[in-house]
Amino acid sequence: MERMKFTDSMKLAELISLNWKLLSVLSRLGIGLGFGESTIREACGRHGINPSSFLLICSVYTYDDYIPSADMLKDAEPLSIVEYLHNSHSFYLDKEFVSLEKNMNALAGSCEAMSKKILVRFFDEYKTQVQNHFAYEENVVFPYVRALAEGKRTESYSIEQFEENHTNIDEALNDLKNIVMKYMPETCDAVSHNEMLYGIFRLEDDLRKHTVIEDCVLIPIVNRLEEK
Amino acid sequence: MKTGIKKILLIVPSMIVARGLEAVLRELGEFRVEGILTDLSRDSEIRLRNMDVDLIVVDPVVFDYCSRGNVRSRIAENSDASVVLLNTLPQDDEVLRQYDGVIGLYDAPVAMVKKLREAAASHMEMSESDGPDLSAREKEILVCVAKGMLNKEIADYYSISIHTVITHRKNITRKTGIKTIAGLTVYALLNNLVDPGSIEM
Repeated sequence: MERMKFTDSMKLAELISLNWKLLSVLSRLGIGLGFGESTIREACGRHGINPSSFLLICSVYTYDDYIPSADMLKDAEPLSIVEYLHNSHSFYLDKEFVSLEKNMNALAGSCEAMSKKILVRFFDEYKTQVQNHFAYEENVVFPYVRALAEGKRTESYSIEQFEENHTNIDEALNDLKNIVMKYMPETCDAVSHNEMLYGIFRLEDDLRKHTVIEDCVLIPIVNRLEEK
Repeated sequence: MKTGIKKILLIVPSMIVARGLEAVLRELGEFRVEGILTDLSRDSEIRLRNMDVDLIVVDPVVFDYCSRGNVRSRIAENSDASVVLLNTLPQDDEVLRQYDGVIGLYDAPVAMVKKLREAAASHMEMSESDGPDLSAREKEILVCVAKGMLNKEIADYYSISIHTVITHRKNITRKTGIKTIAGLTVYALLNNLVDPGSIEM
């Protein structure tokens, strides 16, 4: 995609035409469709979102090697970023995983009993891993950042620990992808097989961006807050 | 196999040295400097990961004294390219052996290009030397992994070095695209390499 710098005077409709995948970002930030000719600035104002944070998230989401400048990070607001990450977690667990599970059951239903059992077990393990990972962020990291943004210091924790605990859950998803793509028996139903794989690719893509937002946006912002 | 001009990434803290290398290589044609990193901060690591280069030239000065012995492995975490050491510091022989090649600031340009060419080739051979399917030995080791054996146990069982076990495991992961032990177990089960009864289900 030709690189274009997003600005807050851009219309939401233009933004979505440039990258339709940003639709999921809008819904996670509570911005619905039917926005007419609204610009990013107007929509953010209406929904109480910090426009710099919005632009940062959209840029990371759109460009693969995007690295936010120090100025962009300075203008962004930790609470909006945390809110976005939190809503993303709910979206993954309530929507993406539910549909992935549905697809997997359809796929597994068409396979012989042994393959079915193996696949379902691996998927369940992966899901538990993701839930634990999200739970740690929800229960420890986000409350810490919210408190810090309000000027409350917590001596017992720092974002450095988050970096250390930030294990890669993407390896298991990558394995799931390869298993479903390469090693499920040919006799499985082709349509549900494809559906399952589409779902995995989409989730993989989305989670990769999610991690970049944590690593390249949230962590540097919090580092700065901690230094204050 | 990739042909044509090979892309190089320089991890060199001195812009003067980096620009110099770039100019020398440009004159000789075979290699092109695709990017220059002057440190290995988080941002640089991201660039390293996203960059598709054939060769990385690294000056160990960018790393602090304690971590200099691990430069090679730190780069390997982020890139599959061959890594050549720009030897600006006295280094232990053991450390030098980790690299695919070593060049010096006082190398004649042609000699340097020759070394870079050899380094790029040695790496390609290694990753393309065997077929796409798992070898008999790799399957044996995969079965051990699926059964929950540790690298040390596998090494003792087959009387091979732990280093060889690790190389086999890397090759298994490269060929199957599967990294986690749970994933490898699934692979072994789906391909009937192990009896489901022998694994806790």
